[in-house]
Amino acid sequence: MFPSTFDYFAPKTVEETIGLLQRFGYDGKILAGGQSLLPMMKLRVAMPAALIDINHVDDLHGWKEEDGYLRIGALTRHADLEKESALIERYPLLSKTAEWIADPQVRNRGTICGSLVHADPGSDWGAAMIAMRAEVEVVGPSGVKRVPIDEFFVDTFTTSLDMDEIASAVLLPAPVGKVGARYMKLERKAGDFAIIGVAANVIKAYDGTILDAGFGLCACGDIPLRAEQAEQYLIGRQLDDETIEQASRLAQQSARPATDLRGTAEYKLDLLRVFIKRALQEIAAELK
Amino acid sequence: MRITVTVNGREYESEVEPRTLLVYYLREHLELKGAHVGCDTTNCGACTVLLNGKPVKSCTVLAVQANGQQVMTVEGLEQDGVLHPVQQSFWEEHGLQCGYCTPGMLMSAYSLLEKKQDLTEEEIRKGISGNICRCTGYVNIVKAIQSAGRQMAEKKQLEQNQSEVIGSGN
Repeated sequence: MFPSTFDYFAPKTVEETIGLLQRFGYDGKILAGGQSLLPMMKLRVAMPAALIDINHVDDLHGWKEEDGYLRIGALTRHADLEKESALIERYPLLSKTAEWIADPQVRNRGTICGSLVHADPGSDWGAAMIAMRAEVEVVGPSGVKRVPIDEFFVDTFTTSLDMDEIASAVLLPAPVGKVGARYMKLERKAGDFAIIGVAANVIKAYDGTILDAGFGLCACGDIPLRAEQAEQYLIGRQLDDETIEQASRLAQQSARPATDLRGTAEYKLDLLRVFIKRALQEIAAELK
Repeated sequence: MRITVTVNGREYESEVEPRTLLVYYLREHLELKGAHVGCDTTNCGACTVLLNGKPVKSCTVLAVQANGQQVMTVEGLEQDGVLHPVQQSFWEEHGLQCGYCTPGMLMSAYSLLEKKQDLTEEEIRKGISGNICRCTGYVNIVKAIQSAGRQMAEKKQLEQNQSEVIGSGN
């Protein structure tokens, strides 16, 4: 399978990239890791007239801790965060999610921002970024802005990015307190998309109460979703058997999974409850 | 587009269409038929090669993206007529049936063992989760990778001992 023909560009700067997007409009596509885009092009689901390969834009590589947040550049690959010991304590959800992405070869190539921009409803990173209350750094002709992750996902395969904007990084607020996190996912076979996926990120204050709880759900609707009622319920409370049970039931109210070949909606909702419960039990034991 | 790619230590210069996938570039332009096209949908891993030392699926990388980069294919494992321990072990432990997935398996196994020789079964199974064997299963493949790890560790130890002997002689 060959993609249909396209013009290939390898810009060296963000400005040049935006110039190319302005020139080609929706006929131009950004190529970062290509692990979703190239399969779509081979199947002729996507047929861009121009591919804009951003791998040579130096500013977009790597991650760094800045004042109050962690900045993950657009070209950071899944594998870069999988075993990154410097981030395990404060951002444990990164490695816990990365290890669930597809398989080792895809993780070496695919990028986190690329996965967010692709906006698949089954996006593991979408769920994880919702749980961590991330913001997407967007660059366009008029400059840089930050978009909260909840406003970034608009619809299936659709983000709030304009046609001449790129997602240059994803920003994670630096947590104050002890952090516990889990990513739970059921898949049909190794490396598959989730039947259902749940990201839980809990920040505990030193008095034992929950400062913040973030729950992201994937494969539960048209876009990755936030289990807001469960989050609101847990903030200020302690993690114990009763609150864990209650939160896992409240999380079901935010999900709208579809009955499909991977399972019925009822089955997926029950799985969601079990995953949130297990995740919180494990986090509670870890943060004791 | 004109590209220069170093494959198995040798530099190649070629003219390719931007839509040429790396696997077709290797197979059809360079006549290196080791990397196989199995599924063509980024699932099976038969096309696995190392790009700058890391395993990737060469059916999902454009040849133009390898411009100026280093590629290693299964043809790069054997040196001067001697099989690499990974190849030797797949043979000895019968880590294959039809052999179609084998080049990709070898490259994933090689990359795993370069980092760590003493791998648990779980680490191996996770490490080759992007390579699908459609014939029979993974039992002998796991055995082969463990055996290759032992051989590589022994070789490493031997080299270390030798360098110590030479060192003390001075």
